[in-house]
Amino acid sequence: MPEPLATIVAAVTDKHNRDGTRLMQILREVQEGYGWLPPAAITAIARAIDWPRARVESTAGFYSFFHTRPLGRYRVLWSDNITDRMLGNMDLMNAMCQKLWLEPGRVSEDGLVSVDTTSCTGMCDQGPAVLVNYRAIPAMTAEKVERMTELIRKQVPIADWPPEWFLIQDNLRRADVLLNNDMAPGVALAACFARGPADSVEAASNERSWREGVQAHTQGPSATLDEIKKSNLRGRGGAGFTTGVKWEACRHAPGTTRYVVCNADEGEPGTFKDRVLLTRQADLVFEGMTIAAYVVGAGKGFLYLRGEYRYLLEPLNAVLDRRRQQGLLGCGIGGQAGFDFDIEVHLGAGAYVCGEESALIESLEGKRGVPRNRPPYPVTHGFLNQPTIVNNVETFAAAALIALKGGDWYRAIGTAKSAGTKLLSVSGDCERPGIYEYPFGVAVAQVLADCGAANAQAVQISGPSGICLADNEFERRIAFEDIPTAGAFMVFDHGRDMFEVARNFTHFFAHESCGFCTPCRVGTSLLKNLMDKIAQGHGTQYDLNEIYKLNQLLQMAAHCGLGHTACHPLFDTLEKFRPAYQRRLKTLEFEPAFDLDAALSQARQMTGRDDAAAHLGAAEEIAK
Amino acid sequence: MNAPAVKHKIRIATTSLAGCFGCNMSFLDIDERILALLDLAEFDRSPITDIKHCGPCDVGIVEGGVCNAENVHVLREFRANCKILVAIGACAVNGGLPAQRNHLVLRDILEEVYHTEPGIGHGGIPNDPELPLPLNQVHPIHEVVKVDYFLPGCPPPADAIWKFLTDLIAGRTPQLGHGLLRYD
Amino acid sequence: MTSQTFTIDGREVPFEAGQTVMQAALTAGVFIPHLCYHPEFKPHGSCKLCTVMVNGRPATSCTLPAAAGMEVASNTPEILDKRRMLLQMLLVEGNHFCPSCEKSGQCKLQALGYELGVMTPHFTHFYPDRPVDASHHDVLLDFNRCILCELCIRASAEVDRKNVFALSGRGLKKHLIVNAESGRLADTDFALTDKAAQVCPVGVILPKRRGFAVPIGKRRFDEKPISAHVAEFAPVAPAKQGEGR
Repeated sequence: MPEPLATIVAAVTDKHNRDGTRLMQILREVQEGYGWLPPAAITAIARAIDWPRARVESTAGFYSFFHTRPLGRYRVLWSDNITDRMLGNMDLMNAMCQKLWLEPGRVSEDGLVSVDTTSCTGMCDQGPAVLVNYRAIPAMTAEKVERMTELIRKQVPIADWPPEWFLIQDNLRRADVLLNNDMAPGVALAACFARGPADSVEAASNERSWREGVQAHTQGPSATLDEIKKSNLRGRGGAGFTTGVKWEACRHAPGTTRYVVCNADEGEPGTFKDRVLLTRQADLVFEGMTIAAYVVGAGKGFLYLRGEYRYLLEPLNAVLDRRRQQGLLGCGIGGQAGFDFDIEVHLGAGAYVCGEESALIESLEGKRGVPRNRPPYPVTHGFLNQPTIVNNVETFAAAALIALKGGDWYRAIGTAKSAGTKLLSVSGDCERPGIYEYPFGVAVAQVLADCGAANAQAVQISGPSGICLADNEFERRIAFEDIPTAGAFMVFDHGRDMFEVARNFTHFFAHESCGFCTPCRVGTSLLKNLMDKIAQGHGTQYDLNEIYKLNQLLQMAAHCGLGHTACHPLFDTLEKFRPAYQRRLKTLEFEPAFDLDAALSQARQMTGRDDAAAHLGAAEEIAK
Repeated sequence: MNAPAVKHKIRIATTSLAGCFGCNMSFLDIDERILALLDLAEFDRSPITDIKHCGPCDVGIVEGGVCNAENVHVLREFRANCKILVAIGACAVNGGLPAQRNHLVLRDILEEVYHTEPGIGHGGIPNDPELPLPLNQVHPIHEVVKVDYFLPGCPPPADAIWKFLTDLIAGRTPQLGHGLLRYD
Repeated sequence: MTSQTFTIDGREVPFEAGQTVMQAALTAGVFIPHLCYHPEFKPHGSCKLCTVMVNGRPATSCTLPAAAGMEVASNTPEILDKRRMLLQMLLVEGNHFCPSCEKSGQCKLQALGYELGVMTPHFTHFYPDRPVDASHHDVLLDFNRCILCELCIRASAEVDRKNVFALSGRGLKKHLIVNAESGRLADTDFALTDKAAQVCPVGVILPKRRGFAVPIGKRRFDEKPISAHVAEFAPVAPAKQGEGR
């Protein structure tokens, strides 16, 4: 039996100092303790943090991984990225449901178990993957399904499940400067402290940083910023904003304090490089964040870890603890008077949109992950309205290397406009899926050759919001000036149906739309329904025209990038794989929006009729 | 001056599907203007003519949404025969009043009406093949066939119908403007 | 201080520092369609009805600070077409049956449909199941008509200081909730006199026992189209754009 709810809520809220900005963590921990979030829990939490109850419910209702109704003592979520589909996740899930006498999405009558799908869990190189009570299990097989259903039926605690099931492979295939790095913790920081005025090319203004009034060592931060600027490092989350410019803007922004946020909400389907970086190079990432704090004058940092990577929470906290013991976090870091900085891991709860930096900040504040209106930007008005930098995991790792080895060294890697290396998460139809680190400028064809994808017809780069390349475009290069990417690289061979790829992505966007603005909230669901209509053999040219119209509206009027890009996969595949759509079209004429004959199903069942008049065929059949 | 072209009368059909015939009634509210209309148009299937099946027409005017199999057949007949198909009234445009059953499961409705409620139900759910089966939900007609024009209103005022038809017959895209375009 | 100007569809519009494009336009008597904007509340920017092109790029006029020399396009065929699509999206998202709605004739969604010539909802209806909340003694909540503009949420939080309303869910499942463990309005401290009871642009928050009080033909948007009400939407006092959302 779970502990009484009140005890759990009291313990959790006390642990978090009854601080409303910590609501996400409070909700998760109460749910981990009690199994779900009943109305009384929401009320008790609201009272403890002194928030209106409706606002707590509002946050709880936003995230996929919080449930305000019971969903079973075992909750099995099948990752539903297209790569999981290609590996047969649907058959396995249906087999599991059959064995458990369940329908997907439903809870078993005894309240023991529910089975459903979830957005990509970042295990594309080792799918099909599931989350069981938000613990990742990769590489599902029919045999594992069999054993898992047994364990569930026998109500064996997850802690007693075979530990090897929970092992996540790094699948590191090609390493370069970042992944080959073996720097000892603190070395890059020490290099920053050592930078004196002589190293500084154009001393960045220091007047607004945390060292106001501190005379000693004032050149280190500005000199480090100069190295970052010299390196031409650009953000690795996809947008490619120049890191030095962002840091400098934050450093100069007025505020009572500043924050450094690492965006590890790696939600773009097909991306899993941050998982590997945080597994193998957590110190480098934290060191990069600490250096950023040194440069901009921040006192507090957050690593926003996506809920799907829940299993990384304890290992990352262990690294943070060690760094505190090593004097690399806390007060007076590295003996630098006044350099106080610490990092906290904030776990997300299943919301892709939180990868957008202002939505991420809202989430950090305990709210719904809705992108803010901009301007103002986070560099001036971020977390709690204070100057905040948000950078990708890979950006911070690169920044740490730059701090140690210098901007010139880094800039020499890659192309003229894209300095450094890029981590690619390769999955799909290839012999060696996993992580590949390349200097910028590598051709897509080179990646395909390295990963053993001999028969590729298409590559989806940077996930559903990125670009789909057909095989006549494989000479194009991974670089900001050609194909920018957050890292996803999904390969589809000639046997794959690119329409189904696009349809999977359309479902993803409809599921992940935050619902703030009209065009995205309604438009992504309309798109999903249109794609389903075409898939069911009822599509026409009219429906394709509707897709074009919706695309134009989303491009023009959506609130954030999710809406702007929701039509990208459709558009790319419509242009490059048009026959995949056309061969599904029933006619070029109009087709009803719904299946007419199926719409008579309940009346047929209730009347027991099955005569000719109890059916509706296609219009042309009727006319005869 | 050139002689006027031989007058081709516009042929119009109207019907009511899942509607209340209120739009057809509003049509009659154009009063004496119907005489002027008859100079320009003749009627195929409509409440005025008692023609049972729509033949080839220029304009088909459909009132009411689609709630059962017969509605689908009639609507398809109109679409197949009419060059221009017009949805008239709230029900044809968005399902209207009948569509307010859409949040209920049809199975439960039939159960409630014919089994649970005392009174009419004792014979069970009617299953005579002559009776059209109800659809799971009520739909506006544009979800079943392609519709060329929409004239909303519950019903549209007679002036709106007159303006709409005279525009259409004159070859203009109908423009209603403030006061004539209404959803209630 | 010299007044600065920008243009909307070629017409010169003066503005004060801190004003948004929407505020300046409405003050100058230029109507820009909107649903989530309200002169007394911080701009929100969610309905997107007020999308305009600024120097060739799309922007949300209720959140965009006005700047001297901007060239704003509002009533172009392309933008009007997009606004019609947005209205149609809202019409199919909820259950909007005007003939049986007490707000008909005073509803901004309906009035904008008239203004922009929306003849059909066009898209396929979702027909969601949204039970009404009739628990409160004085007020009915008919969620079928909710367009998620958040005006009641803002009014209850900022003016009434009660936080009666909030949103839950995500995407198409996003919906209005009330501040009670039971989920019933009767169990909140909501009152008919609250600001939040006055701001709903559609027919969600309705006073009981007062339906269809104004005869057809005399209702707010019967007499003149919504664009002719432009002065009522102008900011009451020189307002500054709030920061953030």
